[in-house]
Amino acid sequence: MSDVQWEAVIGIEIHAQLLTATKMFCGCALSFGDPANTHTCPVCLAHPGALPVVNAEAIRLAVIAGHALGCEIPERSVFSRKNYFYPDLPKAYQISQFDEPICGPGRFRYLTEDGEKFLGITRAHLEEDAAKLNHFGGEGRRADALGSVVDFNRGGTPLLEIVTEPELHNGTDAAAFLKQLRQTLVHLGITDGSMEQGSMRADANISIRPLGVTTLGTKTELKNMNSFTFLERGIAAEIERQIGIVESGGTVTQETLHYEPATGHISSLRSKEEAHDYRYFPEPDLVPVVPDRGWVDEIRAALPELPVDRRDRWMREYELTFEDAEVLSEPAALGDYFEQVAADAPPKSAANWVRGDLRAFLRERGQEPWESDVAPGAVAQIIRMVEAREISMPSAKQVLAHIVAHGGDPKEVVASLGLGAIQDESALIAIVDELIAANPAQAAQLREGKEKLVGFFVGQAMKATQGRADPGRIGELVRERVAAS
Amino acid sequence: MALFDLSAEQQIAAVVAGETSSVELVAAHLARAERDEWNSFLAVDRERALSRAKEIDGLAVRPPLAGVPIAIKDALSTRDLVTTAGSKMLEGFRPIYTATCVARLEAAGAVIIGKTNMDEFAMGSSTENSAYGPTLNPWDITRVPGGSSGGSASCVAARQVPWSLGSDTGGSIRQPAALCGIVGMKPTYGAISRYGLIAFASSLDQVGPFARTVRDAALLLSHMVGRDPMDATSLEWTEPIRMPSATRLDGLRVGVIEELMGDGIDPGVRAACQSTIDMVEGLGGTVVPIALPHAGYGLATYYLIAPAEASANLARFDGIRYGHCAADADVLLEHYERTRAEGFGPEVKRRIMLGTFALSSGYYDAYYGQAQRVRTLIMRDFAQAFADVDVVASPTSPSTAFRLGERTADPLSMYLSDICTIPISLAGLPSLSIPCGLSDGLPVGLQLAGPAFSENRLLEVAHALELAIGFDHVPQGVGQ
Amino acid sequence: MIDDAITRHVARLARLGLTEDEIVRMQHELRAILEYVDQVQGLDLADIVPTTHAIPLTNVLREDLSTPSVPADLALREGPNVTADGFTVPRMG
Repeated sequence: MSDVQWEAVIGIEIHAQLLTATKMFCGCALSFGDPANTHTCPVCLAHPGALPVVNAEAIRLAVIAGHALGCEIPERSVFSRKNYFYPDLPKAYQISQFDEPICGPGRFRYLTEDGEKFLGITRAHLEEDAAKLNHFGGEGRRADALGSVVDFNRGGTPLLEIVTEPELHNGTDAAAFLKQLRQTLVHLGITDGSMEQGSMRADANISIRPLGVTTLGTKTELKNMNSFTFLERGIAAEIERQIGIVESGGTVTQETLHYEPATGHISSLRSKEEAHDYRYFPEPDLVPVVPDRGWVDEIRAALPELPVDRRDRWMREYELTFEDAEVLSEPAALGDYFEQVAADAPPKSAANWVRGDLRAFLRERGQEPWESDVAPGAVAQIIRMVEAREISMPSAKQVLAHIVAHGGDPKEVVASLGLGAIQDESALIAIVDELIAANPAQAAQLREGKEKLVGFFVGQAMKATQGRADPGRIGELVRERVAAS
Repeated sequence: MALFDLSAEQQIAAVVAGETSSVELVAAHLARAERDEWNSFLAVDRERALSRAKEIDGLAVRPPLAGVPIAIKDALSTRDLVTTAGSKMLEGFRPIYTATCVARLEAAGAVIIGKTNMDEFAMGSSTENSAYGPTLNPWDITRVPGGSSGGSASCVAARQVPWSLGSDTGGSIRQPAALCGIVGMKPTYGAISRYGLIAFASSLDQVGPFARTVRDAALLLSHMVGRDPMDATSLEWTEPIRMPSATRLDGLRVGVIEELMGDGIDPGVRAACQSTIDMVEGLGGTVVPIALPHAGYGLATYYLIAPAEASANLARFDGIRYGHCAADADVLLEHYERTRAEGFGPEVKRRIMLGTFALSSGYYDAYYGQAQRVRTLIMRDFAQAFADVDVVASPTSPSTAFRLGERTADPLSMYLSDICTIPISLAGLPSLSIPCGLSDGLPVGLQLAGPAFSENRLLEVAHALELAIGFDHVPQGVGQ
Repeated sequence: MIDDAITRHVARLARLGLTEDEIVRMQHELRAILEYVDQVQGLDLADIVPTTHAIPLTNVLREDLSTPSVPADLALREGPNVTADGFTVPRMG
């Protein structure tokens, strides 16, 4: 063990497939698992003489995303050719953006258990996705394959590449940032953000340096982690690996790595690869994009409340916990539902009910709250009835379960099922006294201080009243009456 | 007058007058195309051409081009008709779509009878870089027709067709037009859609007409210009192309490019051009010398920008989706390297290497970046010139048709063929070459250029000069 | 400044399998051409904006509306090595 304190420096690169109808540079519809090469044309097959034309919707979505990332939207944006040879790249260059991206520097606020944090965004730019290379023979992985087959359906899909500043220092923050970035982009309709299906991909650039040093160490690139958990773990593993190397006297090699979640093992992805010379130059087949400033401002003004801001508001105004806010915000429809309930009932209770029993009951029927016939107003009403002690908590759950199964109005359900709480104090006292008398042994133990037995009497009272007595009040009365008797 | 000596305009009139039919015209020109002593054609599409001619003859409403035959440079995609770009890389390749400009002509009633020979991937000034043998100049079959659109020029000069399409990047329409004694035009960059033109240098390539009269060139142009949604660099064309009729040049100011009338130009060429320039005043115009101080850097600039763009444009030829594929390559790298080594000829390889180098890390700013700045200066030179004059004139080519093999040993000497045409290409300006006389029995071309979008005026000027020049020479052995 | 190493490096970048003879010849030819085009080096152009497009256009975009793709068999038709699953290429190696 050394005395050196190490600091990890991490930057993330995200590629998000945009929710446009067509590809970035041609009118082919985007494909979702369709048979190979059925969504192609001379342009995305890079036939001789074919030319690209920019998808207007991709520009619009990029500007929206830019605003959400706090990015400046420069006056002028230009596409460039990024040149390299690979079978999934039919032109042998990718049309991307180099020195004049659609979005300039920005900053993204995200929430953690330790409060809000900010991550600098270097830039965001548009580019086209590569085609799909399927390896055959070997174990289906590139390294052992006998050959490959190319399917050009995916080739040309619009991508937004977002690059963060290297300002993260651990995998946990990286995962939190990425989760909330994804949530934001999904909420805005930019992407469907599926890491498992590859419509959102994240690579991490990781280096270490002694704490206090300001220069950056050699970085490695961890590619294509397809879940937040793997990202967090992969980053942690790589940090550890680098520390291990440096502490035993070695130096970190700049390379591209793969994290294997099953084993936790990190391996080199491209051992023989030379550094690419991409020979970027401005795309002569496309003309600059000069976004109208009025239009850019309109888009910014029309941005809805962003998920991070909404969660933050819930934590401040509704006093929700970090965790409650996180859970209720995903997906947005759940958050909308919760807001409607919270409009008419104490928000904290609303949070518990919506994320708890309501969702659980509906899941049994394969539904989610916003898809169901259970109106938010009904849930709010149930909560208010509990607050007003018109029904007990157990009764309330019964009412909710009934409404989930059969529909109905909460007040009517309470009446028809006879679930109204026993409000009358004297009736409650009578019940408690009866139970004390009927259970002298337990009463004696309780008198001696065995607190647990309060629960016994409460349980008995619930049975005796079919759940209509308020357990809290019963508990209080049990203590009083036992002491008094 | 024999059918073949008629201009396209006259052939259309003859069809309209009932004196001939599309089938008759197409059949007659097909025969000449197939008797191809000059190797103008790489492919002749007999069956489809005749079928289309028949169809057109049967239409209730006759389309404007009336089924007159045309030849298309093999750099333009024609669906299902083999398109090679003059290269082994695309031997037997049948495109799956048709170039927009070609489709527009077909819709207007032109009948494609075949694809013409060219320097491989449009890289060359003599058509000697074709993988399918050189094209011979109908004026003298020991000489080149020019390039890269050599076949498109020779087939018009040899009256195998009345008109054709070529492409021009640094002079590839104008120079062969001059060497073959015909009219050739490169419009304003963006005037004609490049969709379907196999790309050489994207920021310079333009499609354009070859014909034997200026009016024919105007007619073809008029059916092709205009915005194409498939080409983001194509222009909205608001002023229709008019058929020129001017006989005089009253009030016109003609600028003669000083740098291009000096020692670098053959005396015989200079003399022929000068005598045409001397006619301007008699026609009511004024001749003024103008300077283009940076024109001298044009060649260097061009031979950095064009190969750089070409190196990227030709990278798609990788033997995966179409074209030549190396046999039995074991691994990917070998597949790429052998496919491209086998498919490309030496000039193409040279330019790919040059272009790749000019863009590579550490050299970009010094080469490609610098060339793009010189380009700005050349454009400024022209802008300044056009503040003073309406059109500029110069010889189209520094020499008449040179002999086959004369310049193939030294690439640079071949590149020098384009010194007159290149600066105009770099500025994206419209320009054409008209035959203005003979020198030692070989045709000389006069180049005229104007500001962007000045096609109509340019055509009027060319028409008036054409009339005054009265070039009526015909290559020996042709026109019988 | 074009030497053997640079020539080979550029050939590799361009995926051109040049023979040894070709490499030697190419080196000479490129050197000669570069000597010629080097004249642009001498110019002081720091303040000049490079031109990418001769005719200035901006904002040429297309609506996000789908147009028909080509049928798979047409997409595959010109491929030298195709199966129903797509275009085959050799292994990476």
